[in-house]
Amino acid sequence: MLFKQVKHLFIKEITFELRQKYAINGILLYVVSTIFISYLSFKKILNPSVWNALFWIILLFASVNAITKSFVQETKGRMLYLYTIASPRAVILAKILYNSFLMISLSLACFVFYSLFIGGLVQDITLFLIVLLLGSIGFSSVLTLVSAIASKTNNNFSLMAILSFPIMIPLLMTLIKVSKNAVDGIDWSVSYNYLLVLFLLNVIVFMLSYLLFPYLWKD
Amino acid sequence: MKNWWKILAVVLVLYTIVAGFLAPVPHLAILNETIRNLYFHVTMWFGMMIILCVSLIYSIRFLNKSNMQDDAVAYRAANVGILLGLLGLATGSVWARFTWGAWWVGDTKLNGAAITLLIYLAYIVLRRSIDEEQKRARISAVYNIFAYVMLLVFLMIVPRMTDSLHPGNGGNPGFGGYDLDNKMRMVFYPAIIGWTLLAVWIMSLNVRLHKLKRKIIFNE
Repeated sequence: MLFKQVKHLFIKEITFELRQKYAINGILLYVVSTIFISYLSFKKILNPSVWNALFWIILLFASVNAITKSFVQETKGRMLYLYTIASPRAVILAKILYNSFLMISLSLACFVFYSLFIGGLVQDITLFLIVLLLGSIGFSSVLTLVSAIASKTNNNFSLMAILSFPIMIPLLMTLIKVSKNAVDGIDWSVSYNYLLVLFLLNVIVFMLSYLLFPYLWKD
Repeated sequence: MKNWWKILAVVLVLYTIVAGFLAPVPHLAILNETIRNLYFHVTMWFGMMIILCVSLIYSIRFLNKSNMQDDAVAYRAANVGILLGLLGLATGSVWARFTWGAWWVGDTKLNGAAITLLIYLAYIVLRRSIDEEQKRARISAVYNIFAYVMLLVFLMIVPRMTDSLHPGNGGNPGFGGYDLDNKMRMVFYPAIIGWTLLAVWIMSLNVRLHKLKRKIIFNE
């Protein structure tokens, strides 16, 4: 039952996105132009820590921009309609799923363009891709819940940053540490601990969103 | 004597201040007299954790029962928690100046503490930006639960995983390990109870003030 609802809602999200392509194109353009500005100001970056930090900062801002709209953009009527036909758990699961999907493609695109312009320094691509995957899922589950909170307030765009940045810092710090290991090509055994933390953080955030969303939902 | 705990709070805090500065402490290298900060900094953070836990419990209660009184308590408890957190940061900063040589170092535990305060300040901003009472209570309760879980992650889990200068983290021995002797325990535990009771007192005064304000508004 829940699974079926999630599936339909997920399809609905994709249909809406494809119907108004400006949103996804806008966020892609945002990433590409940010990377291009970095390229113009830095040229090539040879220092792995700077390379790594800049990459994640670009991705952080891009993800906030991409996911803010997931609840803010929903009109009141559409929310009311969803309320009558679907369970809140299905709605949040579908949103997180869709946003994770969006973030994974966004971060892959970001990685490709970033390597192209700023220089590809990653020595252990597999590990880096795993980190990207975990990071995208973590970002999207935090930001989806925060966007649901922010959409209920009067000044939702500034609140989005205030609420989400402090929460995202442990995630971001761990991501930067592991991906630095991936960039340097350090043996996997060093990174297991961090990967585990990333995974657990994802699980915690995901569970919290799943449990708390029904309370945010009713107006 | 229903106010016995307030008297106890005053006595314990006074005892903490007097005994904390005057009682004998073990003399250790580098630490010397700064070990007395244990009675202030560490105990204030304990108090903060307890009072924020109260805030969490009332937020959960609010989500279950939708009683506005619970929301009022949760908010005031979080406020007092922030106050204790700021005091804890200040005392810790003074301690760091005399043992590590700097007011602030880029350490996991310290940064985690700063971020935790940011999260709770964001909680207040969130409350201010919603007008409707029921809605404000519900949404801020959700955020409060989220905030407390993040606090546990920041202060309890992350510093233990990485390198940290802070005592008790990153392989450093905590004060409980070998230098907290029985004389210090005589001050340390009462200090925790004292600061916590004081925090509860401040909180309950705020809650009563809030109640009175509501009474005046709705009677007129």
